[in-house]
Amino acid sequence: MTMHLQDDELILHYYGEADAPAESRTTQHLGECTECRTSYTRLQRVLDAVDEASVVAPALPDGFEHTVWARLQPALQTARPGWRSWVVLAPAHLALAAAVVVLVAGAFFAGRLFPRETAVPATQSAATPAQVRERILLVDLSDHLDRSQMVLVELVSAEGTGAVDISSERARAEQLIAANRLYRQTAAETGDAGVSDLLDELERVLIDVAASPEEMSAVDLTDVQRRIESRGLLFKVRVIASEVRQRQKSAVQQRPGQRS
Amino acid sequence: MPQTDADAVAGQRDGNSEAFQALVERHSRAVFRLAHRMTGNPDDADDVVQETFLKAYKQLSRFESRANFSTWLHRIAVNCSIDLIRSRPHRESGHDTADLEQFGAAAKPAGSGGASPERLMLSSEVQSRITEAMSALSRMERAAFVLRHFEGRSIDEISRSLGLKTNATKHSIFRAVRKMRTALEPLIVTDDAATRMHVEHR
Repeated sequence: MTMHLQDDELILHYYGEADAPAESRTTQHLGECTECRTSYTRLQRVLDAVDEASVVAPALPDGFEHTVWARLQPALQTARPGWRSWVVLAPAHLALAAAVVVLVAGAFFAGRLFPRETAVPATQSAATPAQVRERILLVDLSDHLDRSQMVLVELVSAEGTGAVDISSERARAEQLIAANRLYRQTAAETGDAGVSDLLDELERVLIDVAASPEEMSAVDLTDVQRRIESRGLLFKVRVIASEVRQRQKSAVQQRPGQRS
Repeated sequence: MPQTDADAVAGQRDGNSEAFQALVERHSRAVFRLAHRMTGNPDDADDVVQETFLKAYKQLSRFESRANFSTWLHRIAVNCSIDLIRSRPHRESGHDTADLEQFGAAAKPAGSGGASPERLMLSSEVQSRITEAMSALSRMERAAFVLRHFEGRSIDEISRSLGLKTNATKHSIFRAVRKMRTALEPLIVTDDAATRMHVEHR
């Protein structure tokens, strides 16, 4: 009889991954050697047990699906499905696309046929696209932080012994998640770690609130309030909002051609 | 809300914005479970869930209506998990065999007379040992083992997916199986002996 089979050979045999000569040798040996057959049976039992028992994933909270959707939605808005299916399969979209083309073409020709009466001063139009984009982003971000702050303030100051109605805060949190994610990604891409970290923390709270039931138990509400307060989230939002407003002012003052 | 996946896919193609939401809500838990099995980390699994649905949304035009949506989604989730595993720095967080031997030795013999092997297989003790043993695998061992054992992919295919040499894939699987044996054999072998004794005494 040849030498006993190695564990690795038994594993390859179990998965049907041994090459033909090795497979033939293993099968023959298992037929002749009780020790190796016992070892193989044990291996089979272990792997069959793994198969049957599977692997336990952590328990997911109620509303997990809503949280997934709330996080996904903003990304879907920028990631349209393949254009081919969009145009070919949806006649309603085709009509809409046609209408947009008509409007754009109309605006183009109207502009050519009816030139503006007053020319824009060259100095005012000299702002680079990057500057314009930054100004728009700062205005939007400032507004977003103010609205988030309102939601946090309302949640922190809400009280009640039984179920507390947070439907309004929940609906607004749901709306804010989409914008928050975009701002967070933009801040991360531009290397603004302070803003990015704050928005990351804010997003977690917004997602939790959006995934909560409209009527929250006093215990759950206290938990949310504790989360907001323990991280000093409200304070951080105020500080960053104030910094953003300051940057906004500086951006306006630096506008090309504008005297300070 | 569309009744079936096929309705939801058709609805999404017709521009019904609620249709895709229905698919996400119907399948997100299953995708999470699969992603967690592959990555072994809830945060990574969350990222895989997001990426999977985003890809599915973008590629919905390529989905054949006659096919099974959940099978198609499952395949995307596996690929997203592989992408995530490959994109992360290679860190071997798994315990070594010595740790596992200690872990296996600590396993209490479950030879309580009369318990049938089938019942034992389903016992929570076996379940928790498997979960612990899985979490003791390194990232690559876990990915290679899950793809071979649960997903039925060949070693060559796994090597290509994970960017490993065939021998490295084999050794990842060998190590993973060895760790499973170390963790589970004390339970299973003792149960074998108990069952034999039980039969002999009848």
